[in-house]
Amino acid sequence: MDYFIELFCSGLTRGAIYALIALGYTMVYGIIGLINFAHGEIYMIGAFTSFIVATVLSIYGFPLAAIVVVTGISAAIWSSAYGYTVEKIAYKPLRNAPRLTPLISAIGMSILLQNYVLLAQTSDFLPFPELIPEFAFMEPVAHIIGSSDLVILVTTAISMLLLTLFIKFTRLGKAMRATAQDKTMALLVGINVDRVISATFIVGSLLAAIGGLLIASHIGQINFAIGFIAGIKAFTAAVLGGIGSIPGAVLGSLILGLTESFATGYVSSDYEDVFAFSLLVLILILKPAGLLGRAGTGKV
Amino acid sequence: MKLTFTTKKLLILAAVTLALIFPGTMKAGETIKLGVAGAHSGDLASYGLPTVNAAKLVVEDVNARGGINGKKIELLVEDDMCKPELAINSATKLVSQGVDVVIGHICSGATKAALPIYKEAGVILISPSATSPELTQSGQYPNFFRTIASDDRQAQPEVEYVLNVLAAKKVAVIHDKGDYGKGLAEIARKLVMDSGKGKVVLFEGVTPGAVDYSAIVQKIKQSQADAVIFGGYHPEASKIVSMMRKKRMNIAFVSDDGVKDNTFIKVAGKDAEGVYATGPRDNSQNPLAQAANAAHKKAYNTDPGAFYESAYSAVLALVNAMEKAGSTDMAVLSKALRTEKVDTPVGTIHFDDKGDAVGVGFAMYQVREGKFVEVK
Repeated sequence: MDYFIELFCSGLTRGAIYALIALGYTMVYGIIGLINFAHGEIYMIGAFTSFIVATVLSIYGFPLAAIVVVTGISAAIWSSAYGYTVEKIAYKPLRNAPRLTPLISAIGMSILLQNYVLLAQTSDFLPFPELIPEFAFMEPVAHIIGSSDLVILVTTAISMLLLTLFIKFTRLGKAMRATAQDKTMALLVGINVDRVISATFIVGSLLAAIGGLLIASHIGQINFAIGFIAGIKAFTAAVLGGIGSIPGAVLGSLILGLTESFATGYVSSDYEDVFAFSLLVLILILKPAGLLGRAGTGKV
Repeated sequence: MKLTFTTKKLLILAAVTLALIFPGTMKAGETIKLGVAGAHSGDLASYGLPTVNAAKLVVEDVNARGGINGKKIELLVEDDMCKPELAINSATKLVSQGVDVVIGHICSGATKAALPIYKEAGVILISPSATSPELTQSGQYPNFFRTIASDDRQAQPEVEYVLNVLAAKKVAVIHDKGDYGKGLAEIARKLVMDSGKGKVVLFEGVTPGAVDYSAIVQKIKQSQADAVIFGGYHPEASKIVSMMRKKRMNIAFVSDDGVKDNTFIKVAGKDAEGVYATGPRDNSQNPLAQAANAAHKKAYNTDPGAFYESAYSAVLALVNAMEKAGSTDMAVLSKALRTEKVDTPVGTIHFDDKGDAVGVGFAMYQVREGKFVEVK
C-alpha cells in the first residue's frame, strides 16, 4: 500500500509539472483555435531567465524569499515579451491564412528560439539553484513527497483557479471568450481582437515562465532543449483532457502523470511512454474531443 | 554515382590484388610505411589530430636513433573524418601505397568499415580510441589491436567494486536505453549474475530527458537494492541521484565514464558527493606519460588532446613489436604484439588473443569534496 501511495505522489508531481505547461497550450488554443508549438520554448526561456536572475541575485546575497519573488517577476515579464513577439511575428501576419500555415510558422519559431538560446547561452547543462527550500514540516514525509512537489501541486491548483476566474469574470476574459466564439463578430461589436490575442499569448507565456521557474528548481538542471520534450508531453496532456478546456488540461496532465508513474512502478519504465500514448489513443477513439473538450468539427 | 561506385570497386580490387602479390613484406633498403588514419578535419578532428602528433613525435625519435633494424619509418597520413564511407577510401588508398602497418582508425564505426580492407591486405592495425566491444570480440579481425579498453571493460570494475568493496548483495541496474548505456548495463547485469555473490533485483531503462524520475527512484527503493549501477550519461545520472537524495535514499550510485565528467559535479552539486564512476586510469604519475606530454608541449606548444597517450603507446607498441619480429608480416608481427611486453605511457602492456591491450583499463573514482578522486 505504501508503494502505491509513493507511486501516486510521484504521478501527481509529474502530472502537475505537465499541467503548468499544458495550461498555456490549452489557453491559446481555446482563444484562437491554434496550437502554439513555440510554447515549450517559452517555458525554456522562462527557466533560463530564472537561472540568470537567481544566480545574479544570490551572488549579491539577497534573502531566498526576495530572490524567488524577483526571479518569478522577471521571468514572467521576459517570457511574456517573447510570447508577445512570437505572436506578432509568427501568427499576426498569417491571421487570415489557411490554418496549417501558422502551425508551421510556430514550429519554425520553436526551432529558431532553441537555436538562439543554444548560441546565445550554451549547449551544456547548467545547474539550477535550489529556489524551493526543504520545508521542516515536510520532513516526516520527505521520502514520499518533497517540498518542491508540494509547491508545484499548489501552484498548479491556484493557477487553474485564477485562470478560470479570469476568463469567467473579467472584461478581458469576456472579450477572450467572445473572440473564441466568433472573431469577426467580436470585431463588429468593438472588441480589439488583435489586442485580445496578444493578451492571450502574454497570459500563456506567464504561466510557462512560472512553470519554468518551479520545474527547473525541482529538477535542478536546465539546457536549451528542455522545452521540446516537456512541450510534447504537456501538449499530449492538453489533448487528452480536451484542448481548449482549462480544467481539462489539468485533468489530462494528472492522468498522464499517474499513468506513467504506475506503468513505471508496476510494469517497467521501459514502457512508460507506450502506456501513456496507448491511453491517449484509446481516449481519442472513445471521446475524440478529449475528456472535457467541446465536440466540434475543425481541422488542425 | 554509378561510375564512382564502379571506380571504387575497381580500386579495391586493384589494391587487394596488389596486396596479394606483395603481402606486406619488408622490402630491403626501403622505408617502413606507417599509416595514420582517422578524423583530421570536421567535427571530430579533435579526436584524431592528437594521434597524428603522437605518431610524428615517436617516429622522429625512432628515425633519429637509426630507425627499425636500419630502416627509417615513413608516415602516410589519411583523413577519414570518422565517416565509414571515407574510411574505406582512406584504407584503400593506404593499401595501394603499400602501407606496412597502420595506427587508427579513430572512431569505432570508421574502423569497422575499414578493417576488411586491411585484413585482405594483411596489414596490422592498432587503434588508440575505437572502443566498440565487437571489434575485438567478434574474432573476425585478427589484424586488429587497440591500446584503449573496450566499453565492456568498464562494467567489470564497476561490478567488482559493487560486489567486493561495497559488499552489496542486491543490485539495481538502470540504463538510459541508448547503445552505450544499455550495452554497459547488460554486461554489468550478466557479470553480477555470473558472480554468484549478488543478484540483480531491478533492470530497467529510463527515458532520457523526462521531467521527473521519482517513480523509478521509488521502484529502486521498493526493490531494496543496496547499490545502483547506472549505464548512461551525466544529465540523467544527476537527475536520478538528486531525486534519490531528495527521497532520503543514501545507497551507493556507481556509474561509467559517461558520468565521470566535471559537468556532473557542477550540475548535481552536493548530491554528487560519494557517487562512484569509472574512468580511464590516471597516468599522470607515469614517467613515460610525463615525457610524452612534455615532448608534445615542446614541439607544438600546446597540451596534447584526446587519446594522445593512448596513440603514443600504440606507436611505441608497434615499433617495439616490429623491432623484435624483424618483419611486418601479419602473422609474425601479431605474435610479437601478443608476447612482447612494452613500457608505454599507459603502462606496461601487451595484447591478448583478441587484440585488446592487457594492462590498460579503467579505474574507479569517487566524488569527494567536488572532485573525482581515484579509489582503490
